[in-house]
Amino acid sequence: MAFEGLSDRLQETIKKIRGKGKVSEADVKQMTREVRLALLEADVNFKVVKDFINRVKERAIGQEVLKSLTPGQQVIKIVQDELAGLMGGEQSKIQFSPKPPTVIMLVGLQGAGKTTTTGKLANYIRKANNKNPLLVAADVYRPAAIKQLQTLGGQLSMPVFTMGDKESPVTIAKEAIKKAKEDHHDIVFIDTAGRLHVDDTLMEELEEIKAVTDPNEIFLVVDAMTGQDAVNVAESFNERLNITGAILTKLDGDTRGGAALSVKAVTGTPIKFVGMGEKLDALEPFHPERMASRILGMGDVLSLIEKA
Amino acid sequence: TKTRQSFASKVNNLVKRYRKVDEEFFEELEEVMISSDVGVNTVLELIDQLKDEARTRNIKETEELKDVIVEVLSGMLTKKDEENELTFNPNGMTIFLVVGVNGVGKTTTIGKLAHKLKQEGKTVMLAAGDTFRAGAIDQLEVWGERSGVNVIKHQEGSDPAAVVYDALVAAKSRKVDVLICDTAGRLQNKVNLMNELEKVKRVIAREYPGAPHEVLLVLDATTGQNALSQAKQFSQATGVTGIVLTKLDGTAKGGIVLAIRHELDIPVKLIGLGEGINDLQTFDSDQFVYGLFSDLFSEETESDDHE
Ligand SMILES: Nc1nc2c(ncn2[C@@H]2O[C@H](COP(=O)(O)OP(=O)(O)OP(=O)(O)O)[C@@H](O)[C@H]2O)c(=O)[nH]1
Ligand SMILES: Nc1nc2c(ncn2[C@@H]2O[C@H](COP(=O)(O)OP(=O)(O)OP(=O)(O)O)[C@@H](O)[C@H]2O)c(=O)[nH]1
Ligand SMILES: [Mg+2]
Ligand SMILES: [Mg+2]
Repeated sequence: MAFEGLSDRLQETIKKIRGKGKVSEADVKQMTREVRLALLEADVNFKVVKDFINRVKERAIGQEVLKSLTPGQQVIKIVQDELAGLMGGEQSKIQFSPKPPTVIMLVGLQGAGKTTTTGKLANYIRKANNKNPLLVAADVYRPAAIKQLQTLGGQLSMPVFTMGDKESPVTIAKEAIKKAKEDHHDIVFIDTAGRLHVDDTLMEELEEIKAVTDPNEIFLVVDAMTGQDAVNVAESFNERLNITGAILTKLDGDTRGGAALSVKAVTGTPIKFVGMGEKLDALEPFHPERMASRILGMGDVLSLIEKA
Repeated sequence: TKTRQSFASKVNNLVKRYRKVDEEFFEELEEVMISSDVGVNTVLELIDQLKDEARTRNIKETEELKDVIVEVLSGMLTKKDEENELTFNPNGMTIFLVVGVNGVGKTTTIGKLAHKLKQEGKTVMLAAGDTFRAGAIDQLEVWGERSGVNVIKHQEGSDPAAVVYDALVAAKSRKVDVLICDTAGRLQNKVNLMNELEKVKRVIAREYPGAPHEVLLVLDATTGQNALSQAKQFSQATGVTGIVLTKLDGTAKGGIVLAIRHELDIPVKLIGLGEGINDLQTFDSDQFVYGLFSDLFSEETESDDHE
């Protein structure tokens, strides 16, 4: 890994402080500075970092850190606490409609992993909840997007609803729901085209799809490698659509994944699943505490606290 | 260009808001750069450098510092003019290999680039080296049709090195000017997949000495600090010669290329500005640096920048 973890950084800082015998307010500032750097290197948005640091600083100065013999531990504990609070609990449950079909819509920037995740999620829910999904190809823009979803549907032996690329995505979505009812599918997954959050026309199209399908879940699919812009993206999609959750993809890479924190902080909605590979079974429920350790670059936080 | 002309005036607007070169000014600069994904370490270094320049040149007004900011950042991205240009083989066929992580825009960039080269009067052929992702071959074929160039393909699931080999043979016999090889997206920490890519490159080098003439790493401007790791690992496996920075039509700034240039010295050659066939441009470092600061400029430009 290119970066040192937060605990290494704090150890270094503390070594310098130790010689002085007692921790001062300035030392706490120095430690929170290290926390700030670690979070920024992990791609957490700088505004989110700012709020976070202020809360940590307040607590650290108000608490026993100043008198503590193990100030590093104390700071890590406060950071962990605050992070856990921000990330929330585990929430990979899906909102099923009492009146089937349940409708799930996947939205996001270009290349985030929507189409792949559509296949994975349908596969996951079919198994976990014993459902009978219909996949809907509502991306009429990207070359071969329909073919891509059809191939995935073929691999999963799952039907894919398409009307080609000459009908509007709104019409396709509407017709798909009709078809699902006719064919007794109890859950429908709508794969939408990738779009920029600042593309007014295409964002409006999503609002229309939402209006005609009344989805139970709207998931924002976010690439785990996303940098500072994650907050703008999440904010815009959430404003337009009131997303119900996020799915973080490509976490099988070596990114710290600070975007997770940003998305959670600005939308207030849970991250429900994570993508762990290109294959159709590479989807897992989201574990907030694992994500927190990953962002801070601390493999096993508890054992580190003992060591500190 | 328009952006280029207004660049100086935009910087003017930035500095208008600040009278003195003080801590507050540098703090805001730092924030702007961090929010553009430049990366903390590079930002801190750059700020130190700018502070030094300000001190040694005895610069007190931000007005004077503006030139220094442009000089330093733009100079870092373009050391020599020609290095932002694609390298072509002066005596024979040119071969480009396009690599990168999943979903960054490799296939789309190839489609756009094929069109651009064809418009310049070159004959172009594409190799469908992504045999893995669902629909990848069809996607490249659509792009081939759009720009009117041939696509050499095998079946989904076949060996990418074999496809590229066949494409090389076909390109040689048909005497095309440029062959562009698509590859499947892969995360840089996947050892097997990186080995596979090395093999593709080896086949090219063996069949056509001196090739590939460019190994283009496609980076998504939305990506944060991980892009540095991508650049490192892909360089190690394939010897990246240039970067294509895509999706700059969004709000992400792609500032990480500064860190990549700084640490690995890889130049940016092309930028992607949309999903259309014409949305590919050569890289202009002045314009890029302006983009990094556009949020800071925009407040003022609305009112007094009517071009
Ligand atoms: N390694 C890895 N790759 C992934 C993951 N999820 C998606 N991908 C890959 O990311 C690339 C883009 O995925 P798509 O599903 O086509 O993304 P999309 O959001 O539908 O893209 P557009 O429709 O073009 O906006 C593909 O190469 C996928 O195989 C993941 O969790 N891990
Ligand atoms: N807005 C915008 N979208 C882009 C740009 N370049 C590519 N895209 C979109 O990004 C998505 C992914 O592009 P692809 O060309 O399929 O990316 P790839 O790297 O080949 O993906 P894999 O082969 O799956 O790894 C598609 O929806 C493209 O239309 C760009 O410059 N701007
Ligand atoms: Mg898609
Ligand atoms: Mg591709």
